[in-house]
Amino acid sequence: MSDHAEKLTPTEYIQHHLGHLAHDLTPNISKDGFMTVHFDTMVMSFALGLMMCLGFWLATRKATSGVPGKWQAFVEIVLEFIDGQAKDAYHGTSKLVTPIAITLFCWILLMNAMDFIPVDFVAKISGIVGSAVFGLDPHAVHWRPVPTADVNATLAMSITVFFLMIFFALRAKGLGGFLHEMFTAPFGKWMFPANILLNIVELLSKPVSLAMRLFGNMYGGEIVFLLIWVLGSIGFGGAIAASVLGLGWGLFHILIVILQAFIFMMLSVVYLSLMEEHH
Amino acid sequence: MNINLTLFAQALMFAAFIWVIATKIWPPLSNAIEERQKKIADGLAAADRAKQELADADARVADEIRKARVDAGQITDKAHQQATQIVDKAKQDALAEAARQRAAAEAEIANLSAKAKEVLRTQVAALAVRGAEKVLGREIDAARHRELLDQVATEI
Repeated sequence: MSDHAEKLTPTEYIQHHLGHLAHDLTPNISKDGFMTVHFDTMVMSFALGLMMCLGFWLATRKATSGVPGKWQAFVEIVLEFIDGQAKDAYHGTSKLVTPIAITLFCWILLMNAMDFIPVDFVAKISGIVGSAVFGLDPHAVHWRPVPTADVNATLAMSITVFFLMIFFALRAKGLGGFLHEMFTAPFGKWMFPANILLNIVELLSKPVSLAMRLFGNMYGGEIVFLLIWVLGSIGFGGAIAASVLGLGWGLFHILIVILQAFIFMMLSVVYLSLMEEHH
Repeated sequence: MNINLTLFAQALMFAAFIWVIATKIWPPLSNAIEERQKKIADGLAAADRAKQELADADARVADEIRKARVDAGQITDKAHQQATQIVDKAKQDALAEAARQRAAAEAEIANLSAKAKEVLRTQVAALAVRGAEKVLGREIDAARHRELLDQVATEI
């Protein structure tokens, strides 16, 4: 839709929008090697996380048990909803589950919601900023505004949840109890090779499925948006069609954004709860 | 989808946000919520208590009013009784006084008439003597005819 997009082929246009603003710390070893950092993901997720914390802090700063202000009431409703969901799914004693659930839900929700900013607005602004401030070619500046459409961000959260699961299991059962269950559940001690294999697969599949579900949904959503904007570049009719389709997909995406954040939070809480249960 | 250092940076960031929420945000807010819940529960309990107290007070007031009405009735009854007693007594006194006065008057009348009779009798006796003297043309000796004179006087 933007000026430069019309000079690109659709493939180039989509590839441009799916590129990260990456900085390779070791450019001599390999291009886009492991020591690369995605600046756009980092900056967006940090800014949104900071926004979340500041928003909550504003409500907490003047938190009163008397009549709450409007913002405090709103934050309380949101956090109490998450707290209620977490308490329904988790029956242990840990005080950490609710903060984990709050962080997951609100942070993911904000990051997913970046999908609603039209991609070409972001590309235009980042191009202008990149060329004006850093002297880069505006078409070479990539900026992915949706951190959850970067598999690094979703995997980072699910792996953190994975370690929290291990931590919860160890705290509830001790190292001996945890290893004992790894060997004996679910088929009894004589089937320990099968048990161990099954348990490891089960354990590892949880963070992978968490991360891939969220990443897939957001990445897919982004690509559908991009295809719609490619349609918009065809001409006047295409622009009209793209507007209608974009609106439809955007409305549908509201559901996905909230649902995926909720699913990630709920499953994390359920996994944490499961790890504390004795088999 | 290339996995790189971003993963670790993001994981650290996520852990840091959890820490911030767990230490700075959720405890004060949930404390405020719980405190408010307690306040509301207390308030509701107080309202219930006040309602009960009001009902008790109403019952007590109604009781007092009923008692006062009974008392007032008794007092008016007694007052009526007393009033009739006083009136009766006054009536009786008046009757007694009237009877006494009449008796005194009657006694006085009897006394006066007796006196008048006595005076008349003596005058009649004297008149009779004088009449008899005139008839007889001579003096009657009162001493001699005392017995006769007295007889005439009693006859009158």
